[in-house]
Amino acid sequence: MRDIYQQQRAMRNMRQAALQRGVVAVLDIGSSKVACFVLQFDGPGIYRETDGVGPMAGQSNFRVIGAATTRSRGVRFGEIETMAETERAIRTAVQAAQKLAGVRVDHAIACISGARPASYGLAGEIALKNGSVGQGDIAQVLGSCEVPDFGRGRQVLHAQPVNFMVDGRSGLMDPREHSGQALGCDMHVLTVDGDAIDNLIHVIRRCDMELAGVASGSYMSALSSLVEDEQELGAACIDMGGGATGVSIFVRKHMIFADAVPMGGDLVTQDVAKGLKVPMAVAERLKTLNGGVEATGRDDRDLIELGGETGDWETDRRTVSRADLIGIMRPRVEEILEEVAAILDAAGFDHMPSQQVVLTGGGSQIPGLDGLAARMLGRNVRIGRPLRIHGLPHQLTGPNFASAVGLALFAAHPQDEWWDFEMPAETYPSRSLRRAYRWFRNNW
Amino acid sequence: MQGIDHDRRPGFSPQPTPPRKGWPRPQQPAHKPKRDPAPSRFAYRLHRMWLTPYFRRLTRIGIPAFLIAFTTLLWLSDEDRRASLSGGLTGMVEAVQNRDQFMVKVMTIDGASAPVDKALRMMLPVDLPASSFDINLDQLRSDILMLDAVRDVELRIKPDGVLAAKVVERQPVLLWRHARGIEQLDETGHRVASVTERSVRPGLPLIAGEGADKVAREAIRIFAASGPLLPRMRGLQRVGERRWDMVLDRGQRIQLPANSPVAALERLIVLDQAEDMLARDISVVDLRDGSRPVARIGLGAQNEIRAARGQPLLGADGRELPKQKDKKS
Repeated sequence: MRDIYQQQRAMRNMRQAALQRGVVAVLDIGSSKVACFVLQFDGPGIYRETDGVGPMAGQSNFRVIGAATTRSRGVRFGEIETMAETERAIRTAVQAAQKLAGVRVDHAIACISGARPASYGLAGEIALKNGSVGQGDIAQVLGSCEVPDFGRGRQVLHAQPVNFMVDGRSGLMDPREHSGQALGCDMHVLTVDGDAIDNLIHVIRRCDMELAGVASGSYMSALSSLVEDEQELGAACIDMGGGATGVSIFVRKHMIFADAVPMGGDLVTQDVAKGLKVPMAVAERLKTLNGGVEATGRDDRDLIELGGETGDWETDRRTVSRADLIGIMRPRVEEILEEVAAILDAAGFDHMPSQQVVLTGGGSQIPGLDGLAARMLGRNVRIGRPLRIHGLPHQLTGPNFASAVGLALFAAHPQDEWWDFEMPAETYPSRSLRRAYRWFRNNW
Repeated sequence: MQGIDHDRRPGFSPQPTPPRKGWPRPQQPAHKPKRDPAPSRFAYRLHRMWLTPYFRRLTRIGIPAFLIAFTTLLWLSDEDRRASLSGGLTGMVEAVQNRDQFMVKVMTIDGASAPVDKALRMMLPVDLPASSFDINLDQLRSDILMLDAVRDVELRIKPDGVLAAKVVERQPVLLWRHARGIEQLDETGHRVASVTERSVRPGLPLIAGEGADKVAREAIRIFAASGPLLPRMRGLQRVGERRWDMVLDRGQRIQLPANSPVAALERLIVLDQAEDMLARDISVVDLRDGSRPVARIGLGAQNEIRAARGQPLLGADGRELPKQKDKKS
């Protein structure tokens, strides 16, 4: 547990040091696009309470001064596959955003959507010595959580206490100053492959920037797409990206589960390309412009020109009906949603008080997806768009920028303030030092 | 495969068949590889460097400023160029200053007597016509005010190139005789001009003695108060820079006190009108003690008294004369 403590504190310190500089880049390195926002933090002082602007979920203290997006290269299933290609894509996006912002950015906060995330629920309990919960007790109970074996090469990405218990009173958000005999806590830990994170650090360093924080992509899109009530009452956010589909479950404003399916919109494009025998670029265009998952009678008569640049007139003048395209896309989307449903079942989403499902990400823009998802997942489903943040251009407010917007919110309001508590010094060397100090003070 | 003959029968060469002649195959037009939209690492670093505020300021302000300063100094390091530059600048300035609109052609002087007028024209530092930029009016005015005969002067450059001077001269009211000559003074005791002798200005009252000019106002008051004595007055003499002696004709002298001499003089005039004192043979009237005026009788009267008493007579120097009987015998 001690190394988690150190890691989380180190990440928190790094991010705060970056925020001190005032300008931070937010990088969403996805499988289909790389988005870069340059955030400027001007402190909380720009709006007063009398202006009628409240804290606004922490958005009032930053603004986007530069935003750019480019096609992603070298990323597959949400993980970096070709380092040099990814570096070029990041350079393109960062340079365009910097040019728009007019400032140089030295720190980046990135999110990673693949890399086999795994959620763990940890529990810990301590006895309270002086009958009430103090600052040190919280650190101690966080430290007392039993850490399972994560496996080789796994790194902890997020570790958040989601629940505190004092003497059987559960569901406390802030147990400080409570009186009781025992303090327990539940913690949610999300681990990912360490290699993926190392690759991310390396590629960002090759772009002359420093990584000031890493976050999980599914967590980030849930932060921006779920409204506050959904976060409070319980909801699942499904981020349908290009290479991976992230699932995260929120309740009581904390993420309690996150996972990812290594399937996404790229697979759908691939199916279209294979089924219609067209290049990937043409398949992508067909999917975006004419795709869908619910075939109606009119779609049979709706003929789509395939187009293409093969040089063969016969090949290039083919047409398919829209129903054919839907017939290719739908099984793959159903397969992805089945995987998602399996993950939700495994996570025990049935037992949540409210079972809202929010679809976001670029894949959620397929027409008719909400009906299909409602049938597949069997719950109330809505298509979510990310929150509006200050200064973001309109064309970057779609659901495919959910995780980038979530990263911006995360940079402004990270939910990791619990790691500020000092770890109690209970190891042998510090105790003996303290004893020696006491001996000196008593005898000299 | 088909080009090579494998069975080596005599008469056949093992050469490959020449390439088949025919129409050139339609070739795919070579697509230019699409330009990589990603900036090169060098361009990326350069762009980031350009966005660094210090570097940007240095490039946009520092280097141009340095270049300008450097070339200017390099150009100015030659003596001839510096001279031609300064010559050109002064030439330009003079060309503007010597325009007809700025030229002063005439000087008019109001209220000055002929010698003062001449002196003022002499004092003008430039020869007319001259540019008005070359005439420093403040300096010229303070120079003119240093003339004793001028009390005040007003200088103004009027349109059409006229330098107008309006002079107020000092009016002499006293003559002051001192060790170095005779001067005319105005009512404040300021020197107006010198005169060679008393008869040049017979109408002015005369004062004498060191420091008399400083108390000229008091002297004027004494002259004004002297009323009936005025025809007999020769002048006032300052004694010890402290008090006045009024000198009358026939060698009579009235010693006035240092404090309130006018009152003492008025008292003496009353006394004179009552007793007709000054018509008698009195050489000195001493009014310095206000409660007790003292009169010294003249030499003739003394000798009358001495002759009546049978004492030896006194000479003009105040010594007793030898007996006349001895002289006779």
